[in-house]
Amino acid sequence: MRHSTFFWFFLPTAAAMLLFIAFPILSVVMQSIYAPHSAVLIEVETCTPLVGCTMETTVDQEATAALRASEPLGRFVGLDIFFDRGHLAVSEVAGMWRDTATWSGFVEGLSNLPFYRAMAFTLTFTFVVTPAVIIFGLLIALAVNSLHAWLKGVVIFFSLLPFVVTPLIGALVLFWMIDSRGILGTALQWLVSDPDLSLKASTGLMWISLIVYGIWHAAPFAFVIFYAGLQTLPMDQIEAAEIDGATRLQRIRYVVIPHLMPLVTFVALIQLMDNFRVFEPIVGFNAAAHATSISWFIFNDLGGETRQLSSASASSVLTIIGVSILLLPVLVRTWNDFKGKT
Amino acid sequence: MFLKKVALVSALAVMAGTSSFACEISARVSIVGNEFPAIQTVGAGAQECSGAEVTTNLTKDHQSLNVPGMQGNPAEYTSAIVANSSIVALMNEDVIRPLDDLVAKHGQDLQSSQLIKVGGKVMAVAFMANAQHLMYRSDVLDQIGVEPPKTYEDMLAAAKMIRDQGIMENPIGGAYAAGWNLAQEFNNMFLGFGGSHFKAGSAEPNINSEAGINALGMMKSLSEYMNPDFLTHDSNATNAEYRAGNIALLNMWGSRAASQTTAEGVTEAVKNGHAIAGPMTVGGGSTPASTLWWDGWTVAKNVSDAEAEATFVALTNAIRPAKMEDEAVRTQAVWLIDGYTPTDAAVGVFEAAKMATTPYPMLPYMGLMHSALGNELSDFMQGKESAEQALADVEAAYIAAAKEKGFLQ
Repeated sequence: MRHSTFFWFFLPTAAAMLLFIAFPILSVVMQSIYAPHSAVLIEVETCTPLVGCTMETTVDQEATAALRASEPLGRFVGLDIFFDRGHLAVSEVAGMWRDTATWSGFVEGLSNLPFYRAMAFTLTFTFVVTPAVIIFGLLIALAVNSLHAWLKGVVIFFSLLPFVVTPLIGALVLFWMIDSRGILGTALQWLVSDPDLSLKASTGLMWISLIVYGIWHAAPFAFVIFYAGLQTLPMDQIEAAEIDGATRLQRIRYVVIPHLMPLVTFVALIQLMDNFRVFEPIVGFNAAAHATSISWFIFNDLGGETRQLSSASASSVLTIIGVSILLLPVLVRTWNDFKGKT
Repeated sequence: MFLKKVALVSALAVMAGTSSFACEISARVSIVGNEFPAIQTVGAGAQECSGAEVTTNLTKDHQSLNVPGMQGNPAEYTSAIVANSSIVALMNEDVIRPLDDLVAKHGQDLQSSQLIKVGGKVMAVAFMANAQHLMYRSDVLDQIGVEPPKTYEDMLAAAKMIRDQGIMENPIGGAYAAGWNLAQEFNNMFLGFGGSHFKAGSAEPNINSEAGINALGMMKSLSEYMNPDFLTHDSNATNAEYRAGNIALLNMWGSRAASQTTAEGVTEAVKNGHAIAGPMTVGGGSTPASTLWWDGWTVAKNVSDAEAEATFVALTNAIRPAKMEDEAVRTQAVWLIDGYTPTDAAVGVFEAAKMATTPYPMLPYMGLMHSALGNELSDFMQGKESAEQALADVEAAYIAAAKEKGFLQ
């Protein structure tokens, strides 16, 4: 392709990427290194019903307006917000490193800091759900593929349902089922004969519930990709393997899985990204007391009575960095494959 | 078609009948606010006005909409219905206007006690008061032979008796959901123990104190008599437990008192036994472990004067004294409107006011403290860390947020 042809061909895509990807990222980075101005506070008389008048602190609007006009971007804080307790907590971690004698003490201290606690859950969730989704997806795809043709349509439709249900709604449905008065919660209490057992009150059980939800929701995605891949299986190779006396397991291990490998990489990429940004089940399960994620931080920063835009922006930047680190091995591999081919 | 006409005509007739004075406006009115029944009434009252369009967006998520929706110029919303907690965010961002001139021109029917004045300027017009107070099952308390509790210590004793006598396994209810609700219950208890959230005259936190530790201790004791899922129970879930007859004692919002027995699925026992009383005290203190609230409306700064005037007129119309003649409206809230006579459902809030309950702090940095409390206290409630550690975590989280927002250096 000539360079000019390529340029005109690629221009709309490049413009859209600049507008919808590059600029928002730039904006988020800017917002994370600027914070609101120092508040100018004054004491004024405040009168409210049933109470009367008292002296209360409020923001001096005129002085603040002047500050805002002189520096519309806000106060430059550099990486301060990234390093504060709500995010990387650099000074807290350094202090603990100095003061705690044992590793377990240090880890316990870390788990008391919001960012590291969120990372503990997010990474556990990501690294349990991603492989589980791939394995379940593959198993379902293989099972469906060996079904009789007229059954396939129905089974595919029902296997896809968890993925079709809006994540938040799916999470809410499960949330009510695992309530101590819900069908699953009561069943579990009966099974282990402990009437006080509560899935929602135990961090461990809540993590398991969230992980089960994550797998339930995403397995159909992997299934549908793998099922499409199975339709392109090289039948001559399968037949050759059969003639050579390979069992069904051996055929899957040595023919089917290598054939599906590029799709596994694709599903792993998407799932790593999605699971690292785990959010809906935490909200749907009302699980913030037990499990949080960086995405949940953003929601929390913007949902409070006082919105913390800089903090939310810093969390967004950390998400981008986190996703990049997670995807690096897969991307390097893809790049090497690509170079090997050309 | 005929039916449609009949419906239209009768609707018009009803409207003509109820709006004794005509409300004419000449510019757009757009209201954002919470969704509980009293606010629905106010929204509908504003929509009675004719001459221009009145739109309302009444939703639970009003707090995340009102600031962004009023920051633009012109603002999307010409009015936000707020409470003493949420007006702070609007004042911090300077998106609402002083109403003194409009009060002078159109506010003849407003009582002076309804005007929220900050630094001598009217910033909001309050229409109702609210507070959390005791609700209980009189039949259950009769059965164990105790008076309705006046203190949290009494509440614990009653709960123990109810459990020991096998009447209910978890007799206490509370909106202890991690987040806003849990933080609010801490605020109640903390103020009841005589604490104050900030060091006098500054934004420095002051909760890691004896009052804070006592407050958490009492919350922990109460939680032992609650449904084990209490950290996921907000007001709605707590009320569902109450209506189902699973709990007998709870500290609940006055604004929900009237609907407590009218919702779907309330058992007969709850209907007959439901009773309310004032807020409780704690730790031998005299200030109730509760907070006093008002709900009111504001007018946006970034709208034309005509729109501001239309908004003021429409919302004043919505809370005109004539509204208080309607029994159904009267029971919805403790109205601050002239001509309101309290209903049975109002007893708790009036008692709270009489007992000099502390108002919820209207401070620019209180929202950050509330968020920090909501995020950091659940570890303590689950028994994962000590009260001192939890309160130290709250202060550290608050300080990080307050530094970001420029309240602390």
